Amino acid sequence: MTGLLFACAAAVMAPLFLVLYFLLKEGASSIDWNFLTKLPKPTGESGGGMANAIVGTLTLLGMAAVMGVPVGIMGGIYLAEYGSDRGNSWIRFAADVLNGVPSIVWGMVVYLMLVVPFKTFSAYAGGVALGLMMIPLVMRTTEEVLVLVPQSYREAALALGISRWKVIVVIVLRTALKGVVTGVLIALARVAGETAPLLFTALGNNFWNRNLAEPISALPLQIFSYAISPYDDWHRQAWAGALVLMGMILGLNIIVRILSNWRNNG
Amino acid sequence: MSNAPIPVPSAPKAIPAPAQPGPEEVAFDIRDFSLWYGARQALHEVTIRIPAKKVTAIIGPSGCGKSTFLRALNRMHELTPGTRLSGSLRLFGDDLYGQGIEPSVVRRRVGMVFQKSNPFPTLSIGENVLVGLRLNGVRDREVLRRRLEESLRLAALWDEVKDVLDKPGISLSGGQQQRLCIARALAVQPEVLLMDEPCSALDPLATAKIEELIQTLRENYTVVIVTHNMQQAARSSDRTAFFYLGNLVEFGDTSKIFTNPGNPQTEAYVSGRFG
Repeated sequence: MTGLLFACAAAVMAPLFLVLYFLLKEGASSIDWNFLTKLPKPTGESGGGMANAIVGTLTLLGMAAVMGVPVGIMGGIYLAEYGSDRGNSWIRFAADVLNGVPSIVWGMVVYLMLVVPFKTFSAYAGGVALGLMMIPLVMRTTEEVLVLVPQSYREAALALGISRWKVIVVIVLRTALKGVVTGVLIALARVAGETAPLLFTALGNNFWNRNLAEPISALPLQIFSYAISPYDDWHRQAWAGALVLMGMILGLNIIVRILSNWRNNG
Repeated sequence: MSNAPIPVPSAPKAIPAPAQPGPEEVAFDIRDFSLWYGARQALHEVTIRIPAKKVTAIIGPSGCGKSTFLRALNRMHELTPGTRLSGSLRLFGDDLYGQGIEPSVVRRRVGMVFQKSNPFPTLSIGENVLVGLRLNGVRDREVLRRRLEESLRLAALWDEVKDVLDKPGISLSGGQQQRLCIARALAVQPEVLLMDEPCSALDPLATAKIEELIQTLRENYTVVIVTHNMQQAARSSDRTAFFYLGNLVEFGDTSKIFTNPGNPQTEAYVSGRFG
């Protein structure tokens, strides 16, 4: 019996190793200095890269964070510290439904909200789409870690005559800070690989984005367009792009891991 | 106590002898104070005058309303939703529940130490002591430094921590943590210090230190302490109030409550027959 359970547990690990195996096998040989620093080149020309897509993904993540982190954290604070039980359960329900909204739906909604009225695909629209996805993720994890802060710390701070919002920011949020940061990083890792919400918003771009009101490239978009192309050299580059993206997400998760070990050691 | 010779001067009342205290100053003047949690009444028309610069012990069996009463003194009970009250509660003449009185202002005057020591885990020993001042807007480094030492000395902790002020507050022992919490409460210079069973989680040695400390505090502070420990109340308080089922049953000099209580319920409780 123990053996069966172990086999099931190991089955969780196997896909991760499969993913890493194929990415390394197919992609590692195409990653070189040019890939990381050069713009894409037409098929058949050597030395092209995905620098614009790497920078584009980081830009989009930054914009998503600017939007999703403050709103998510403040919403989480509201749920944990204020609000009535009844109202909060509705907000929680809404957040959980939002977490389940298919990502392509986010793309379509933002397309109607920002792309159609401004008559252009843009980095802004992509950032907003990813930011909207981050809000419920950040909100729920923030709430969860704030609720874990013992009530006795709030009481002790309030008994010193400290105003409520200062108690929340300086005592409660600070006590739970690692958990909040962990939640933000997990949300970033989650949206970093999203392709569907960007298809209708950021669109993709074969050149550097010099204006956030114009289309921008992103690793998932570039992988997508290369992977569906008929050219072998573009296929190899798509694998390399996937490896870089996977590396970024793995990196975020490793940071999360280190942070939570810190937390456990006090 | 009752056997000691009482130096009552036979001189006329008009000229009080120097040894005799003047009219006692009242810290809390509480009248007909009732408090409800939702539909359940936790305090029934409590009327009591708690003297200033004395230690008043609140005793009574679990669920008698003594902690509720203590928390009402600095409005901490308001953290529980759905409370309601009636009657009046004044501190040195000021209505603590008056219109437009912020709870934070009340709590700056009436500090509190809790049953379980609760230093802030992210702050150092020094930061723990000063956090109340800093967050209430005190920036002057000299003032902060002075207040840090004063508060830790008052809490009888200075000699033990003066070289490790940068270490986390939670690195101290249980008894030290509780004294750190007392220092933290004293740093904002309240007029009253409330203590909610401050020694119930401590060993006898740590308890003795806190009791000793309470004796020195009464010189400058009004102390109200809730305790389950009858010996502690007898040892360290000047006045004792006995609560039962949300009623104040008896209030008087500690020596009288413990040796010659006026109410049979009080007698039954202090002699250990229930509670």
